[in-house]
Amino acid sequence: MSSASNHTWNRFTLAQRLARFTVFLGFAVALSASLRTVEVIPEFLYDAPTQVIDLLGRMWPLDLSYYPGGIHDAMVETLHIATLGTLLAIVLAVPVGIMGANNIVRLPLLNWLAKLILVSSRSVNSLVWALLFVAIFGPGPLAGTVCIGFRSVGFVGKLFAEALEEVNPGPVEALTAAGAPWPSVFLKGYWPQVVPAFWAIFLFRWDINVRESAVIGLVGAGGVGMVLDTALNLFYWDRVSVILLSIFTVVVLAELLVTKIRKHII
Amino acid sequence: MASTRSIRVENLVKEYTAGKPVLNDISFTVSGKASVAIIGPSGTGKSTLIRCVNKLIPPTAGNVYVSDENITELSGKALRQARRKIGMVFQEFNLVERLSVMENVLSGRLGYVSPWRAWLRKYPQQDIDRAFELLESIGLIDFFRQRADSLSGGQRQRVGIARAIMQEPHVLLADEPTSSLDPKTSVEIMELLVALSEERGIPLIINIHDVELAKRFTSRVIGLSKGGIVYDGSPSALTNEHLKEIYGGEDWLQ
Repeated sequence: MSSASNHTWNRFTLAQRLARFTVFLGFAVALSASLRTVEVIPEFLYDAPTQVIDLLGRMWPLDLSYYPGGIHDAMVETLHIATLGTLLAIVLAVPVGIMGANNIVRLPLLNWLAKLILVSSRSVNSLVWALLFVAIFGPGPLAGTVCIGFRSVGFVGKLFAEALEEVNPGPVEALTAAGAPWPSVFLKGYWPQVVPAFWAIFLFRWDINVRESAVIGLVGAGGVGMVLDTALNLFYWDRVSVILLSIFTVVVLAELLVTKIRKHII
Repeated sequence: MASTRSIRVENLVKEYTAGKPVLNDISFTVSGKASVAIIGPSGTGKSTLIRCVNKLIPPTAGNVYVSDENITELSGKALRQARRKIGMVFQEFNLVERLSVMENVLSGRLGYVSPWRAWLRKYPQQDIDRAFELLESIGLIDFFRQRADSLSGGQRQRVGIARAIMQEPHVLLADEPTSSLDPKTSVEIMELLVALSEERGIPLIINIHDVELAKRFTSRVIGLSKGGIVYDGSPSALTNEHLKEIYGGEDWLQ
């Protein structure tokens, strides 16, 4: 007892405490620096509540009669863009994902190439992809579909590659030891283990793409975004509010659907 | 059967880092219905030895002959086809958990069936018949539709053994097949392995920690220590002196 009472214990060592203090100091400096860069104009800030109330006033009442003729078809088009785009992304992402999984392809150069493809897909925002493909294919849903596809490859491919890398190597070893050719090893050793992840990724990305494809129409890539763009440009605020409400409804429904399906397959 | 199935290991050496052999000059021959237990302390290269046989781990030097075919010099497709002659059973069973028992047993035929047919699950009828026979004989016929992950450890190991037997192997390698199982199930698995080996004339090599289990079921014991063979003989002649040499120390023998 007497000797034990001499021991002191601190959660962090002195070096750790200094390091933590430095990190907090860094955060504080960064915060004050960024506040200065943003240059808040006080008059505009104080004015904001009035502006919000004014905008809401112009959005109300909702012009619900606009939905059947003006929004419905575009909304269906949005869902088509999201679905076809996700399918395109899967077709492109599966080979890239396999190439990126370092337990399957053991050439670091190819792993690196796959990572480069996946990162470049993700680093370009969907609106930028949309502008690019509108320039190539012209405005419309085709540009939107290809945009969604290319934008999603990085996400789907990265998660698929990670799922492949986490596969239990035991069954793969067993099939290799049985003399199975590589395609069979992949089909019966790797694939059954990643199936749940594969469907989860597909559904998650489809869910994201429903939201993204509602926006890319702002730059002419088809879907409900184009209707939104027109309404915004013509100051039809009562239509804008209906469009926003229908996007919100569809996104919630998509979310509910995806959650329901996920429960069944996983 | 044309000739006796056999495995011959000649002067096998494996070095993971040059100059530090994990296996040093290992030679032995097993043929016919003989069953051999390989015992030795952890880290002495038992698993490496078994994986050098089918070249899952390429040996540094030496040769392995399975029914007189030199495995060590093969590569690519020839190696793949030679591996079909070597059945393997694993400590952690290594079944594909999300596939059915039947499909796991049939996957022992993947070396013979084209990937295309495997994908469509169009295995030859004779393979399916044999799979049913095997499942019947190991007492798992009622489970053939069930997913592998719904089985108990002992049942999974039976499926693993059935998968290896589906290859119609010329040698059966078992890497710690009982280490994940309770004592009673371990005995049942050893009985099954030895029975299948004797009934079909397949030489059996078992890595095993449990010396008593090894002595009870196998016809020969090879003791490995520090990468070399220090005992090779009948289980009954294995004395405490030998065990001391294999595992080191003696307090644990009391």
